[in-house]
Amino acid sequence: MALIAFYILSTVVVLSALFVVAARNPVHSVLWLILAFFTSAGLLVLIGAEFLAMLLVVVYVGAVAVLFLFVVMMLDIDFAELKQGFQNYLVVGVLVALALLAEIGIVAAAATFGGGTQFNASPGAATNAEALSKVLYTDYLLLFQMSGIVLLVAMMGAIVLTLRSRPSVKRQNIAQQTGRKRKDAVELKDVRPGQGI
Amino acid sequence: MAGLELTLGHYLAVSAALFTIGVFGIFVNRKNIIVILMSIELILLSVNINLVAFSVFNGTIIGQVFAMLVLTVAAAEAAVGLAILVVYFRNRGEIAVEDVNVLRG
Repeated sequence: MALIAFYILSTVVVLSALFVVAARNPVHSVLWLILAFFTSAGLLVLIGAEFLAMLLVVVYVGAVAVLFLFVVMMLDIDFAELKQGFQNYLVVGVLVALALLAEIGIVAAAATFGGGTQFNASPGAATNAEALSKVLYTDYLLLFQMSGIVLLVAMMGAIVLTLRSRPSVKRQNIAQQTGRKRKDAVELKDVRPGQGI
Repeated sequence: MAGLELTLGHYLAVSAALFTIGVFGIFVNRKNIIVILMSIELILLSVNINLVAFSVFNGTIIGQVFAMLVLTVAAAEAAVGLAILVVYFRNRGEIAVEDVNVLRG
């Protein structure tokens, strides 16, 4: 039963990955990419790695793919022009892909993998999330914190890159606002009768 | 019963296929940097599947921890890459990768 599900899911993953690179319209590419992420999350659920599967859906589908979708729709590009030369590169691409597959095949045929058919996604714990959290916050705390720093730096980099200051736009300056004194704003005029200001 | 159950080899085969498709996508979409970034995401996905499969079939949790780190780096890379793309488009009005040679001496 699990094997049938595996074959269905893996066929969908491979086909949608092919459509990602072959689609004419990048919006379609992003949609195929989302399908590929979803089905590979299914593949991970199949062997009991539920937490990573949900993380894949949240991070890849919820954040990365949506980011791609935003950028693809935001940029005004003639995609037909970018698609030119597809046929020229096709031969090289197929050759490289075949060479890569052959190399992987040779290595896989020579190597022996452990594991067999027994799988256990959560050793020493009841659930997958529990097993992960037991080591993530103890043995690998430093790595966990460092990945947070990586995300922080990436966020700052993205903001610094894309933020632009336009001088014509009026903005609220809070420091200036709260630093305003009474004498800057109000002035007492002694008006003489019959003369005006 | 051998051959009727899930093995590590099944997952390694899927992962190898995804990796190859990713590299193939980089080669055939030389002009379209958005699809190149998507191909890189596919490659990272195949690496993740590999890590999790090895972790699960060997009964150790470390591979899944490392897969989480790969996920983090993939998200960061996508964010910065797309930010660079947006800035480049704002400056040049097009994103043809072949014209990105201003820094060439």
